[in-house]
Amino acid sequence: MDYIDKKTLQRSAQQEKDEFIKAIFSLIVENESGVLSRVIGLFAGRGYNIESLTVAPVDDHGRKSRINILTSGTPMVINQIKEQLNKQIPVYQVVNLCQQGPYVARELALIKVVSKGSERAEALNLADAFRAQVVDASVDSLVFELTGKTEKIDAFVDLLRPLGLVELSRTGIAAIGRGCQTI
Amino acid sequence: MTNAEHKKSGSDETGQTVHTMTGAEVLLQVLADLGVEVIFGYPGGAVLPIYDAIFQQDKIRHILTRHEQAAVHAAEAYARSTGKIGVALVTSGPGATNTVTGLVDALMDSIPIVCISGQVFSSLIGNDAFQEADTVGITRAATKFNYLVKDKEKLADKIREAFYIAGSGRPGPVLVDIPKDLQLAQVPYVKKEIKSHPSYKPVTEPHHQAIKDAVTAMKKAKRPIFYTGGGIINAGPHASEGLRKLVKLSGFPCTSTLMGLGAYPASDKQFLGMLGMHGTYEANLATHGCDVLIALGARFDDRVTGSVKDFSPNALKIHADIDPSQINKIVLVDIPVIGDVARIIELMIQEWEAQSDHSVDQEALKNWWEQIEKWRAVDCLKYQQDTKAGEVIKPQHAIRRLSELVKEKSKEAYVSTEVGQHQMWTAQYFPFESPNHFMTSGGLGTMGYGLPAAVGIQVAHPDALVIDIAGEASTMMNIQELATIKQYRLPVKIFILNNRYMGMVRQWQELIHGGRYSESYSESLPDFVKLAESFGLKGMRARTIDELDTMINAMLDEPGPVVMEIQVEREENCFPMIPAGAPHNQILLGPVKEKTKTAS
Ligand SMILES: Cc1ncc(C[n+]2csc(CCOP(=O)(O)OP(=O)(O)O)c2C)c(N)n1
Ligand SMILES: [Mg+2]
Repeated sequence: MDYIDKKTLQRSAQQEKDEFIKAIFSLIVENESGVLSRVIGLFAGRGYNIESLTVAPVDDHGRKSRINILTSGTPMVINQIKEQLNKQIPVYQVVNLCQQGPYVARELALIKVVSKGSERAEALNLADAFRAQVVDASVDSLVFELTGKTEKIDAFVDLLRPLGLVELSRTGIAAIGRGCQTI
Repeated sequence: MTNAEHKKSGSDETGQTVHTMTGAEVLLQVLADLGVEVIFGYPGGAVLPIYDAIFQQDKIRHILTRHEQAAVHAAEAYARSTGKIGVALVTSGPGATNTVTGLVDALMDSIPIVCISGQVFSSLIGNDAFQEADTVGITRAATKFNYLVKDKEKLADKIREAFYIAGSGRPGPVLVDIPKDLQLAQVPYVKKEIKSHPSYKPVTEPHHQAIKDAVTAMKKAKRPIFYTGGGIINAGPHASEGLRKLVKLSGFPCTSTLMGLGAYPASDKQFLGMLGMHGTYEANLATHGCDVLIALGARFDDRVTGSVKDFSPNALKIHADIDPSQINKIVLVDIPVIGDVARIIELMIQEWEAQSDHSVDQEALKNWWEQIEKWRAVDCLKYQQDTKAGEVIKPQHAIRRLSELVKEKSKEAYVSTEVGQHQMWTAQYFPFESPNHFMTSGGLGTMGYGLPAAVGIQVAHPDALVIDIAGEASTMMNIQELATIKQYRLPVKIFILNNRYMGMVRQWQELIHGGRYSESYSESLPDFVKLAESFGLKGMRARTIDELDTMINAMLDEPGPVVMEIQVEREENCFPMIPAGAPHNQILLGPVKEKTKTAS
């Protein structure tokens, strides 16, 4: 078992006791009903927060799903979340990508803007700069699709707010480790 | 022989014989294969096919409790007193919702039980059908795992898997919800065992470096202490035997949680009694002052630690547990050891002997024991019992005499308790010498546990002496079980300490809420003797100190069940007490001790 990991936690937890750290948990779970609610119920029941969550089947047979959860907490809490997730019977594996090493995290957003004239033109210019796609357009509306880091999407969304942003749909992050390493 | 043999059969691709039976018959066949001898349950519409199958076989005995909560508690106590897995069977809707308290109780105390619940027809699920409840939804956070069986082909395997999950790793309750149509359907059955699971792999073998580090730290200790918990009892008799060896080998003192009592013999000099809120003075001060704390199968519950930041502040902490999520959950530990505690203890003993060139600092250990003896000399459990005829019985004295008179008869009792002062007094004044003899609701603190628990213990050990040490308020919570006791002629002794108060609540109100006894008086109590008689049981009563021994002896000599009411001092408080959230060195000793302390 991760005897050494736990001893390391001891040291780091003592140094940054009350400091919040970010964590991205990637879970491989049995693809059956009730698993997601088990995971979400765990967060609700133990008072952990979920900043975003994504889930979809990931193997050929649709038997296993991957859940990505973005959360934050003190090192002790992050460790607890990991162990509590691991303890769930239909969970095969839990990795905190932030702890494991370098990783890539992306999310997708669909953003609806209703505007005319210069505002519409300005929105289109921004979309160009951010490399967002126009996936739907009518005389008065546009729907942009943007994929990227959370911060990039945040920035794009903030710029569009004064330009007629009326609706926003975001996926939450999907994440994966860099290099040959797998979970 | 079950009806399995009379059913249609063929063989599968591996040449194994495949029998086809109804789902209900498959369930019973699988339970029999798993060695189940007893089920505690209560019938209803959604389990009628199972009850029909029970009627037509004779391998498995069914005990009808009078409430589904009681069925679960009985199954828990059956499990805890035997080391086997307890089984409960209930109907859908209200039957299932009535189990929730029992399931959470088992979850908190890591008790292996399997609860089978009936569910409405699959085609009706989601329609608010009669007696439909979302049982798996409701019990998700109340179980280690639960499952609604949808596929009849998987029925047998899901039952086997439930037993594997309940009994392995950190034990706990598992619920399997079976729709009625699956119970009636023709279902294939192949004899087999399940001893693994694709996504659930508990670690039982500890990291050997962790064992080495732990033993090295133990050998360097100057003021060590073992802090043992219910995990030792769950790990089986082997763990308790190992613990005794390790404690002797090291010469270290040993304290225990409520759930761990009996794992180390209470009468041994190295045992300091229970620690925590109502623990002994010596156990708490030794835990507070130690330099190496060896936690074995214990989980740093807040009733044990008090103020976490002041808990055992200067100790290097070793924590052995089978559940990795318990490590660093409440207290940061220095040496985590994850695995089966029986195996951990075994390896610790080996390592202790292997490191024979390093010996413990005997001088330091001697000083430590001298200090502990000074704390012990405070005699924190002392109480004042007036022995003149007609005097009021002190509850502590009633329990002490009970334990002494049981011993005089050369018996060892299985004891269950309810929840409250009497529970803590039992932990303090009833010494347990062996594991699996003390059944109590520790983590959840469920009033109403003790009486059905006594049922479960007596069913498991028909010839043993089983005593439920109870409070009058708790007893009222599952009083209907007197009928179960009568039906199965279970000779349990229900020893009610009647102080006419929810004593533990009254104590907190006295000490913390200015003596405002809000709703804690036991108004309108029944006459327990007449109540017993109305159930066809023997009722007895002791009112004053001169009646106590006679009545206890009369109870113990009675071959059948007895409801014994002991009228005790109403406003006695349970000491020592560490108020919630206070550190271990702020112990309230109570009036008797405070007096003797100033006198000496
Ligand atoms: C189901 C449940 N409800 C409420 C409580 C809170 N509670 C803890 S102890 C207690 C009083 C128990 O009274 P009694 O059984 O007479 O025992 P005593 O403390 O008097 O020995 C209560 C109400 C509980 N533990 N369980
Ligand atoms: Mg009472």
